[in-house]
Amino acid sequence: MEILWASERAVEAAPNAGRPHETGESYDGEVTTELLKSQDVDAVLAAGRRAGAEFVEIFAEDVERRSVNLDDRRIENLASSRDRGVGIRALVGDRIGFAHTSDLSIDALVDAVETAAAAAVGGTESAPGVPDPAVVVSGNVQPVEVRPAEVPAADKVALVRAADEAARAVDDAITQVSARYAETRRRIQIANSDGVRSGDDQTRTLFSVTAIATGDAGQQTGSETIGNSVGFELFDRNDVTQLATSAANRALTKVNARPAPSGTMPVVIGPGSGGVLFHEACGHGLEADLVRKGASAFAGRVGEQVASELVTIIDDGTMADEWGRFAVDDEGQPAAHNVLIENGVLKDYMWDGLRARAEGRPSSGNGRRQSYRHLPMVRMTNTYLAPGDQTPQEIIAGVDDGVYVARLGGGQVNTASGDFVFGMTEAYMIKDGKIDEPIREGQLIGNGPKVLQMIDAVGNDFEMGPPGTCGKDGQGVPVGDGVPTLRVTEMTIGGTSA
Amino acid sequence: MSGVNGTEPDQLLQLAESLLALAQDGEQMEVAVSAGSSTSVRVYGGEVESYTSADSSGAGIRIIVDGREGFASAGTLDPAILKGLVQDARDNAAFAETDPHAGIAEPDGVAPVEVDAWREETLSLGAEERIARALEVERRVLDGHEAITGVRTATFSDSAGAGALASTAGIRAADRSTSVSSMVQALAVDGDRSQTGFGWHGARAPQDIDYDHIVDRAISRSTELIGATKPESATVDLVLDPQLTATVLGLTAGTLSGDRINKKRSPFSGRAGEIIASPLLTLVDDPTDPLSLGADSTDGEGIACRPVPLITAGTLDGYLWDSYNARKAGVQTTGSAVRGTRGLPSPGVHALSAAAGTAGSLEDLISSVDLGIYVFALAGLHSGVNAISGDFSVGVEGRMIRNGSIAEPISECTIGSTLQRLLLDITAVGSDRIHMPSGVAAPSMIVSGVRLSGK
Repeated sequence: MEILWASERAVEAAPNAGRPHETGESYDGEVTTELLKSQDVDAVLAAGRRAGAEFVEIFAEDVERRSVNLDDRRIENLASSRDRGVGIRALVGDRIGFAHTSDLSIDALVDAVETAAAAAVGGTESAPGVPDPAVVVSGNVQPVEVRPAEVPAADKVALVRAADEAARAVDDAITQVSARYAETRRRIQIANSDGVRSGDDQTRTLFSVTAIATGDAGQQTGSETIGNSVGFELFDRNDVTQLATSAANRALTKVNARPAPSGTMPVVIGPGSGGVLFHEACGHGLEADLVRKGASAFAGRVGEQVASELVTIIDDGTMADEWGRFAVDDEGQPAAHNVLIENGVLKDYMWDGLRARAEGRPSSGNGRRQSYRHLPMVRMTNTYLAPGDQTPQEIIAGVDDGVYVARLGGGQVNTASGDFVFGMTEAYMIKDGKIDEPIREGQLIGNGPKVLQMIDAVGNDFEMGPPGTCGKDGQGVPVGDGVPTLRVTEMTIGGTSA
Repeated sequence: MSGVNGTEPDQLLQLAESLLALAQDGEQMEVAVSAGSSTSVRVYGGEVESYTSADSSGAGIRIIVDGREGFASAGTLDPAILKGLVQDARDNAAFAETDPHAGIAEPDGVAPVEVDAWREETLSLGAEERIARALEVERRVLDGHEAITGVRTATFSDSAGAGALASTAGIRAADRSTSVSSMVQALAVDGDRSQTGFGWHGARAPQDIDYDHIVDRAISRSTELIGATKPESATVDLVLDPQLTATVLGLTAGTLSGDRINKKRSPFSGRAGEIIASPLLTLVDDPTDPLSLGADSTDGEGIACRPVPLITAGTLDGYLWDSYNARKAGVQTTGSAVRGTRGLPSPGVHALSAAAGTAGSLEDLISSVDLGIYVFALAGLHSGVNAISGDFSVGVEGRMIRNGSIAEPISECTIGSTLQRLLLDITAVGSDRIHMPSGVAAPSMIVSGVRLSGK
C-alpha cells in the first residue's frame, strides 16, 4: 500500500486531461448520468442471472480529462483524454467473474455479462434466477459552479504562466519551476441485480507548482498542490501566485537546511499533510478485505483499545469539496461518515459491498475502483484524526530535543506488520520547546499500531492536507487526509547526515 | 484466436495511416494505436476469488503546428472518436507555446533489430489451466513452511497485444507481444503481527515462468523476517541481490534521462566524461539483447532501438535521449523514447543491463562482509529518493550480516546516503548476473559505508 502525494510526484489524479465538452449536458445537481439505457441495463442483468450468477453488477463510466503542463518556462503541452466503458461483475459464492469493454452496444454488454457469469460459475452448480426490482439509490452530488470544460484553454494556460512568474520572482536562487493544471469529470452509473440503480457526476480540479532552488549544497524542491472536488471556482478560492510564492519559499528554506539527523526522538507533526500518517499507519489496516485475509495488524480487535485515548479517526466520503468525496461509491452506495477509532477504541472497519455481503451487514460506502477496468475493493475516502484540546504552541513547548514535521510527503506501509516509512518534505529541529533550524528531507519510520499508542498530544487546530492518490493492489483512487498538530513520543528519523 | 481482438499489427498500422490522412498542410502528426486482450485470475483460500477477462484498446495523437504541440488520447479505436481526437490534438496545439525544438521524430537511417516478443502458445491458455496454476502457487506456498499462515493473494495473468505507430515524417512501426506472469504474497505469523513475502515472475510464454522462484522468494522473504527488530544505528555494508541491484540502478538510470538533463534536474547533469561511480560499475541500456524482456526493435517514436552506453567502468558515457530532448541538447536521439499509447514519449530505459563482476555468488559477497545488511526490501523509494538532489533515505528490511554470516532479521530502520555516494561506494560486483522479468539484467553488489538509522 502506498500513497503518492500530488505535491511530491507527477500528479496522478489526472494523468491526461479531457476532451472538449461535446454534448452540453445540463447539470442541475441531480444525477443526470445515464450512460446506459435502462432497458439495456435490465436486459444485461437478466442475462447474467439467467447464466447462473447470484449477483450481477454493471458499472459504466465516462471520464474526460484535460491538463496543461508548464515546465522550464514553457507550456510543454495541453493534453486531453476520453475514457468510456463498462465493467461487469458476476458473483457466485465468493467467486467473482469480471469482464470489461469499451464497446457500449447491447451485444457487447451481453457478451461481457455472459463471460463474467461463466467465469463466476466455473464448474459449480449455479442457480439461475431473475434480478430484483429496481430501487434508485442517490447520494448528495457535489454541485459545480463553473464547469472546467466550459472554461477557455487560454485561461488555464494563464494560470500556469502566472505561477511560473510568481515563483521565479521570489528569488534569483529559484532556477526551475513547473506547474500543472488538471481537471477531471467522471460520470458513473451503477446497476445491480439486488435492484440498486445509482450514479454520480464527479468533478475534480487540481493545480500544483514545484519550484527548485539552487544553492551551494545542490538543488532542493518546494511544492504546493491544491485540489478539490469542485470546478474552476477552485481559482476563485485560491490564488495560484500565492501558492507559487509559497512553493518557492519552501525550496529556499530547504536549500539552506542541514541534512536531517538520524536516530530516535520525539516528533511533532504539523496540521494538514500529516494525515498521510494515519492513512498509512492505520487506515489500510482497517480495510475489511485486508482484515479478512489476516493481512492487518488490527484483525479481530474491534472493541479493543488500539490507540492512545487522544485518538479518534474518521473516514468521511461526504466531506464537502474534499478530494476523496463522492455522492455514491463505485458500487452505488452513498458515501458515509464512518468512525473507525473513537478515543482509542477500535469501533469498526471499512467495508465494500462484497465483504459486507459476505458478513451480512451494510456496506460503509468504501467500495471504490480506479476505473471500469478494475474490480472495486475497500478503499479510504477522506481520512482524518479529529482535533483535541491543546494549542500547537503547548505541544511544541513540551519537547526539549526533537523534530517538527511541517510537511509529510509520500509513504508506504506493510499492512501485515504495520511498518511504515514516510518522506519528510519540510521539517525543523525543535530545541528547548521552540522550532529551530530547518533540516533537509529524510524518512520517518515506525510501526503503525505502536505509533497510535505513542501519541501523547493532539492539537485544537486542524487542516486537510494536499490531494493524494492512494495506491492499493495497483489501483489508484483520489483520497484526502487531515490532522491537527500532534506529538508522537518517539519515532525514528532516517536522515542523510553522517 | 487469430491475432488480438482480430486486430493484427498490420491492421493497426493501416488504421494509424488512415488517420494521418487527416493532417492539414503545415502539420506534423504522429498516431499511436494499440489493442490487446488480457486475463487475470486471483485465488484465495483454495478458491477462485476473481477471474477477469478484457479487451482493451487505445489511441494517442500528437500534432505539432508552427512549433506548438498538442496531444489527445482515448481508450477506444472507435472511428468516430478517433476522428474527434485529431481535432482535439489540433485544438490543444493552438494554446501551446512555440518551441523551435518541438516536433516528431525524423527517421535516422538506423535499421531496427528484429525482436520476436510473440509466443503463440500464450494464446492457447484456457480458464482451467490458468486457475490451476494460480491455485498451485498458493498451495505450494501454504505447504512450504510451517510459519506460513496465509496467502494474501495468488495470481496468474496473461496478455497479448499489438501496437502501431505512423507519422507524417514517414515513420512506420508495428509490433506485437505476449506476456505471462504469476505473483504470490505470503503471510508468516510473527507474534501479534505478520511478515509478508512477495514472489513474482514473468515471461513471454507460460512454460517460461519460474514457479520455484516465485514460491521460494515468497516463503523466504516472509519467514526469514520473523522476529525482526529495530537494529542499533551503525555504518554498514549493504549486500544487494540482483533484484535490489536492479532497483538501485533503475533509480540511477532515471537520473540520466535526457529530459532531466536538459532541465538540470539531475545530480549528473553536465558530468558526461567524469567518474561518477566505482570502476566496478558498467551500465548500458540494451534493448537489442534478445534475452531481455525489455527488448524492443523500435522506441516510442518508431526510431530503432540500439545499445546506449551509460556508465563504463565508473565513467559517465552519456544520457538517454528521445528526439525532442536530443534536438534541444544538440545531440542525436538514442532511440530511448518510452511511452504508452495514451501518453507522450519521454526518454527512459528499455532493457537496463549491468555488467557482471568477478566477486562470485551472493553467498560469496555475504561472507566477505564484517558488518552489513543482506537487504530484502527497500521501502518508500518514491518519497525517499530525490532524483534532483540525489538524496537517498529509504526504509530497509533484511538480515544483519555479522562476520560473514547471516544474523538477526531487522526492520523499522532506514538507510541514508545519496545516489552519488552509493554509486562511488560500490566495493564488489558479483559474477552472478541474471536477466530478470523486469527486463533488467544485473549481478549482486556490495555498497560499503552506508549509514543505518535504527535505535
